[in-house]
Amino acid sequence: MPKVKIPRKSTTIDMTAMCDVAFLLLSFFILATKQKPPEVLAVTPPNSVSAKAAPEKSILITLTKEGKVFLMLGDETKKADILSNINAAKGLNLSAGELNKWNKAPFIGVPLGQIKSMLSKEVEIPANKLPGIPCDSSNNEMIDWMKSVTNVYAGTDQRQLQEMLLIKGDNAALYPAFKRIKEAFKKNEIFKFRIVTNGETVPVGSELYLNPPKAN
Amino acid sequence: MAEMDTSSGGGHKKGPGVKKAKKLSTRVDLTPMVDLGFLLITFFVFTTTMSQSTAMNMNEPKDDSTQVMKVKNSGAMTILLGKGDQVYYYFGQLEADRLSEQFKSTTFKQIREVIVTKKKGTKIDDLMYIIKSDKNSTFRNAIDILDEMSICNVPPGHYAEVDMTATEELLIQKTEEANGIK
Repeated sequence: MPKVKIPRKSTTIDMTAMCDVAFLLLSFFILATKQKPPEVLAVTPPNSVSAKAAPEKSILITLTKEGKVFLMLGDETKKADILSNINAAKGLNLSAGELNKWNKAPFIGVPLGQIKSMLSKEVEIPANKLPGIPCDSSNNEMIDWMKSVTNVYAGTDQRQLQEMLLIKGDNAALYPAFKRIKEAFKKNEIFKFRIVTNGETVPVGSELYLNPPKAN
Repeated sequence: MAEMDTSSGGGHKKGPGVKKAKKLSTRVDLTPMVDLGFLLITFFVFTTTMSQSTAMNMNEPKDDSTQVMKVKNSGAMTILLGKGDQVYYYFGQLEADRLSEQFKSTTFKQIREVIVTKKKGTKIDDLMYIIKSDKNSTFRNAIDILDEMSICNVPPGHYAEVDMTATEELLIQKTEEANGIK
């Protein structure tokens, strides 16, 4: 009887295919994830258990650690309208060219009175040197801003506006500054808005954990 | 396949002196590359989910002095936020001769238990948490306490933010001084 020789098989497998898959997935994830918009203002928002994602298109009010207030008009379709509205309402005397230039600025962080002189400057001032929108009890310019916002959005879906209004505050910002912004909202009949927070898991054993709200 | 070619060209068969050039395989071991690929994938997947910001809904009441909401003394708990992440609370109304007994100091870690105990011991219709923020409290404190309300499943409409009175401000100031909070 002839001896049957079992050929010894190698245990190594071809890694090429696996390598292809790995890098395909990698490139997919890199391309599919949206880059965070560059943050000019460093703000660490507080945590909350809210699971709703913050909308991308938003009217964002940023409250920094020092209590400075900045406004970002993320809705490009309405941005120019809001700017021209406040220009007319507060008599800023901006020309069409200046308004155009202002429209390109990523955020607003100067008092209304300084806008004309800021736009005439060639060099851009870094965000941390800007004074912010004045928002104290005697001079709360956020009221004027919110008035323009509500004017421009009047007649459109108000729920959409409520979803867009965001306040992003720094952990260390003091409460009175936040209160002023809320006042500015209230003066313009805005009662619903949202706070940007960092997502956090619901603590195990808490009431919310045991009885989660029904999804609607 | 992806292994290294280890069988050298069998040079000794051809006798001494005849050297055959070694045939080098062009195949490389791809295992480390696959490892790296998956490592990067895991890294990207984790970092992207971590940094997603969420939005918390806020409903402010209309400021209307003609509509005063009445709250039962037995169902009310006032939470005061002070300097240095300190929390103070009292039940019902402050009474001048029982101040030190009523006015209690705590921290954010322990306030949840107080809120839950109060919620369990009170009829839901009477329940009302009154939140007052001191001028030295931070934005985080204000959001944390609202978050605490949703963690404890306090139904909306059973908690409200109210301005602080002068007596309370003074009480906080005194307690802070006594506890050495800066």
